[in-house]
Amino acid sequence: MRSTPSLSLRASTVDDTLAVAAALAGLARAGDVVLLAGEMGTGKTTFAQGFGRAMGVDEPITSPTFTLVHSYPTAGPTLHHADLYRLEHMSEVADLALGELAEFHGIVLVEWGDVAAGAFGDHVVVRLGHVDGDDAARTVVLTAVGGAWARRWGALVEATAEWCDQ
Amino acid sequence: MNVDVDGDTLILGIETSCDETAAALVMGGSDIVSTVVSSQVELHASFGGVVPEIASRAHLELLNPVIARAMVEAGVRDDRIDAVACTIGPGLVGALLVGVSAAKALALAWDVPFVGVNHLEAHLYAAMLEDPSVELPVVVLLASGGHTLLVEMREPGRYRLLGQTIDDAAGEAFDKVARFLGLGYPGGPAVEQVAHEGDPAAIAFPRAMRNEGLDVSFSGLKTAVLNHVRDHPDVDTADVAASFQAAVVDVLVVKARRAAAEVDAKGLALGGGVAANSALREAVLDACMADGLRAYLPSRSMCTDNAAMIAAAGWHRLRLDGPSPLDTGAYPNLRLTSTEPT
Repeated sequence: MRSTPSLSLRASTVDDTLAVAAALAGLARAGDVVLLAGEMGTGKTTFAQGFGRAMGVDEPITSPTFTLVHSYPTAGPTLHHADLYRLEHMSEVADLALGELAEFHGIVLVEWGDVAAGAFGDHVVVRLGHVDGDDAARTVVLTAVGGAWARRWGALVEATAEWCDQ
Repeated sequence: MNVDVDGDTLILGIETSCDETAAALVMGGSDIVSTVVSSQVELHASFGGVVPEIASRAHLELLNPVIARAMVEAGVRDDRIDAVACTIGPGLVGALLVGVSAAKALALAWDVPFVGVNHLEAHLYAAMLEDPSVELPVVVLLASGGHTLLVEMREPGRYRLLGQTIDDAAGEAFDKVARFLGLGYPGGPAVEQVAHEGDPAAIAFPRAMRNEGLDVSFSGLKTAVLNHVRDHPDVDTADVAASFQAAVVDVLVVKARRAAAEVDAKGLALGGGVAANSALREAVLDACMADGLRAYLPSRSMCTDNAAMIAAAGWHRLRLDGPSPLDTGAYPNLRLTSTEPT
């Protein structure tokens, strides 16, 4: 893993979280893996909803905690939305074959994916966090692991400039 | 393949879409002759800590003994079975394929029809299996860890999706709140037990979308519980559990009543693991009493995943549509969509 560019954003409202997700989705392409990290209730599923809407998914994007993987066909790549919350073994992560889903003209979002980051190749980690004293606001830290986003990173910085937290 | 589907038609149902490996024999779409789920059976294989629906090898090892047990308990030989029904979705493809492959192989070997069944549709028949006197139309509230749906069943095999969760399922909310409060797993019974000691009116948790429409949302409620506990570290856990449970039950019952009124239903039926929750069952009974509806509250074993409902759904689908082709696959993203028989 060569470069790990990182981007710190602040979403003041749920709409901001949805918009940041849409900005990331706008630059995503088939083969991408996005790991969603952060404590329970920080908005990982909300982020996935914003991402999916931006890809043109119009049915409800619901939590895959129990069902493990939801797939949504779009005009472009298929969106696969997974959740590792219930898993306890790395072999189970392998059995979900998420990397293969990405390779097969898909984009894969993985809630709690950071606990198994080693199981994935190049990816982006989206880490959501609480803001003390403000229940609606979230910190959003985007980190690229591997080179897949190297050429798109500048565009991502630009697309998310209005939420920049620096 | 032409088959007469009647009260004597005996169907083997197979279910491998979720955590349970299950098989059942049901006659005439409503008489349960035997029903076996793997968690009831002490088998040599141990998959401690593994989510079985991922480990399709768990289903693979459990399925034959479970089917054999269902046949032995029923006391029937394979030449008495008229058709094999199996869940074809939704679920993980690896888990589904275990059941679908076995069902098709058995159907081929026995020279009887194979019938593919939508797992969510099958849940709609659970109430009828225990109470064949169900008067249609009914509204079914299906609430589990993975799904929360309101469905109108006008006649067997004809149903309409009225509403669903737009984010988290009701059972998932119970589970996550239980884990956050340190109450253990499974979360539904854990929250319910602690809630007995608490005041359901102690904390006014939000009831999203309560006053309009038939969709539900529980993500905001979950987050509100988390925020409340974070902001009030000394809060009584029993009050949190009771107030949370009251909010879930309130929203589910309000939506179910609204649905029943909108479609002029004669009754309200529950399904899914959340249907085992006593507070929900009591609230549904009260609501049905007030609204002049019949309440159908299946037993816990019928609410949760089982193969009897698959066999029952298979009977109806076989009657309405005939056999499914043997090139039927597994459909991980199968939805419950409003349907006329297809």
